[in-house]
Amino acid sequence: MQAVVLAAVVPTTTYYLVLSAALFGIGATGLLVRRNPLIMFMCIELMLNAVNVTFVALAVRFGNIDGQTAVFFVLVVAAAEVVVGLGIIISILRRRPGATADDLAELKG
Amino acid sequence: MLAQDDFFLAPGIEWFHLGPVIALVSGALVLLVVGALTPRWPRGLYAYVTALTAAVAGGLAVFNWNDITDDGVSTLVGGALAFDTFAQMITITVCAATLLVALVTDDELRRAGKDGPEVYALFLIAATGAVVMGSANDLILLFLGLETLSLALYVLAASDRERPTSQEAGIKYFVLGGFASAFFLYGIALIYGGTQSTNIGEIIGSFQTSVLLDGKDTLVLAGIALLIVGLGFKVAAVPFHMWTPDVYQGAPTNVTAFMASVGKAGAFAAMLRVLVIALPFHRDDWRPAIWVLAVLSLVIGSVLAVVQTDVKRMLAYSSISHAGFILVGVEAAGHNAGELAPGDGMPSVLTYLLLYSVLTVGSFAVVSLVARNNGGDTSLDAFKGLAQRRPTIALALTVFLLAQAGVPLTSGFIAKWGVIQAAVEEESYAIAIIAMVAAVVAAFLYLRIMVSTWLETGAESTEREAVPFSTGVAVFSAAAFTLLIGVWPGWLLDAAESVTTYAK
Amino acid sequence: MSLFLRDYLTVVWFGLAAILLAGLLLGVAAAVRPSRPSKEKLIAYESGVDPVGMGWSQSQIRYYVFALLFVIFDVEAVFIFPWATAVERYGWFGLITMLIFIVLLLDGLVYAWKRGLLRWV
Repeated sequence: MQAVVLAAVVPTTTYYLVLSAALFGIGATGLLVRRNPLIMFMCIELMLNAVNVTFVALAVRFGNIDGQTAVFFVLVVAAAEVVVGLGIIISILRRRPGATADDLAELKG
Repeated sequence: MLAQDDFFLAPGIEWFHLGPVIALVSGALVLLVVGALTPRWPRGLYAYVTALTAAVAGGLAVFNWNDITDDGVSTLVGGALAFDTFAQMITITVCAATLLVALVTDDELRRAGKDGPEVYALFLIAATGAVVMGSANDLILLFLGLETLSLALYVLAASDRERPTSQEAGIKYFVLGGFASAFFLYGIALIYGGTQSTNIGEIIGSFQTSVLLDGKDTLVLAGIALLIVGLGFKVAAVPFHMWTPDVYQGAPTNVTAFMASVGKAGAFAAMLRVLVIALPFHRDDWRPAIWVLAVLSLVIGSVLAVVQTDVKRMLAYSSISHAGFILVGVEAAGHNAGELAPGDGMPSVLTYLLLYSVLTVGSFAVVSLVARNNGGDTSLDAFKGLAQRRPTIALALTVFLLAQAGVPLTSGFIAKWGVIQAAVEEESYAIAIIAMVAAVVAAFLYLRIMVSTWLETGAESTEREAVPFSTGVAVFSAAAFTLLIGVWPGWLLDAAESVTTYAK
Repeated sequence: MSLFLRDYLTVVWFGLAAILLAGLLLGVAAAVRPSRPSKEKLIAYESGVDPVGMGWSQSQIRYYVFALLFVIFDVEAVFIFPWATAVERYGWFGLITMLIFIVLLLDGLVYAWKRGLLRWV
């Protein structure tokens, strides 16, 4: 009996919004402090997926479909970003194996 | 078994009104698929197909414009796209810039033996993204347009595989652009949280009803902040400008021209759609932020431009300062956003975008001619003695630089005068004065390039720059347009003045 | 502690039980088994034959193109599934729209194919 009551407790939307804000913050911080292009790139993906959590949580809260369809589009955009990003990163690493963001400093002034 | 009672109502697809977008996408697909299936096309055909596509799309936008002035504004595809003259103006700007860039690119690629359909297809796809950003009536569609534009630009920036600087520009642009896109998207999500919709019409409607949701203001305000960060990156406004000089310098010159024209037009169109059209009820909240961005961009862009030694970097900082001017217009549009008499802010921004796009493509076209002659060198020294070697090209460059400085009788004067007048009308005297001072400081930069071009002599051994036909046509027509608008601006100003936006 | 967090208490118990069980089994094994290491015993096991090369080897870079193509075409399925669940409801309109979508995707595939990206090298 006790178990049924516990399962029926639904965390409020706020929980999810806070979770998503935390994930977004981790992604943004990671992007700023890490120097490996691949990790920086993963951080961008983390930020996009954090937003997806917000969209889904809000869509459930409002009971409308807008937020959920938005997630579909964001997923596809994230996949396209993966492909473009990895393509550029690989073409750089081929030329200079083990390059970090600090090595890419030919352009300045 | 499906439920019989829920009936699916298909949204109308207004094929003709979608013409510009369909033309651009088909052009890109034809280039990619037919280009891949057939052997290398004869000289310059890729570029001419691209230019033709852009011209057709721009022409269709003019047809649409007439339809709108006759029948009024509406939406397309179930409310996803706005069908208004604002969208058509952005479309025409984007298509004009794409056309000129295609002509400039042609020779640059062929001479390097890298001719192929990919770069042109990417130009057209990016242009499609910018057009969608200008016509989106839904924030998610706006985001898709933004990403279509940005992803194509990342690849274009890194497209010169032989130069490490191009690759470096590509990865820098990609990382910071992805960062900005994520902020922009988070902003959309929070606006959705506050208003329960991503459709611009419904967002406006949610502010008009008196029903109060808990936390609506908090969510919308946080959303606006994130949207401004994301858009600030995309338009390259200070303090979100740090990628601009590196990317503009590292990318191939024709791509830089494309970024500075189409990229900027798309980003500012998105900014107007999101802030002025979708969020007029919060105009007093976002306007101060735009004010700060405008002032910082004007001051820092102009001052840092003067101390550069590389012409591409100079033009990058000058583009930041131009972004500041355009933001002055956005700020002016913010005073009366959503009112029946919205003021001159929006028309002045649209005029500025069109005129600046042509100017900047012309300037970068000349830079690419000079750079090619010097083995890719774009420092100020490479421009020495250009007037002796190629007086006509030097003259065209001078026209572009004078216009960027805002000298009367050029299109740049009309553009700058428009935004400053709009600011003065809204009694934003402080920002108008700062803009004028920044224009004077920036004029020094253009003067430096002109002095190098006309008064200093280059090394004896420097050969005359080769001026290929298509680039020559692009430079000449851009210069002619710059002077024509400077002398005879009435029709363009009237057209911009009559711009309508769909907002219900 | 809120009810929501109490839900996760189960997860904590499970985690503790897993660590305890694994620790117990490995600990008992380590305590009772004899330990006589030799060089042969320490080399990597490769089906009974002597191993060749290092344990860490890089996989071929050329496979990444397939991975990237897979990601793109895989994700597009996200638009096709919702349509497929209600094909009849969307009728001709849905069919034509989906055909246009798939033709656009195919264009990408044709391009990849003609550029030789699908060839196994």
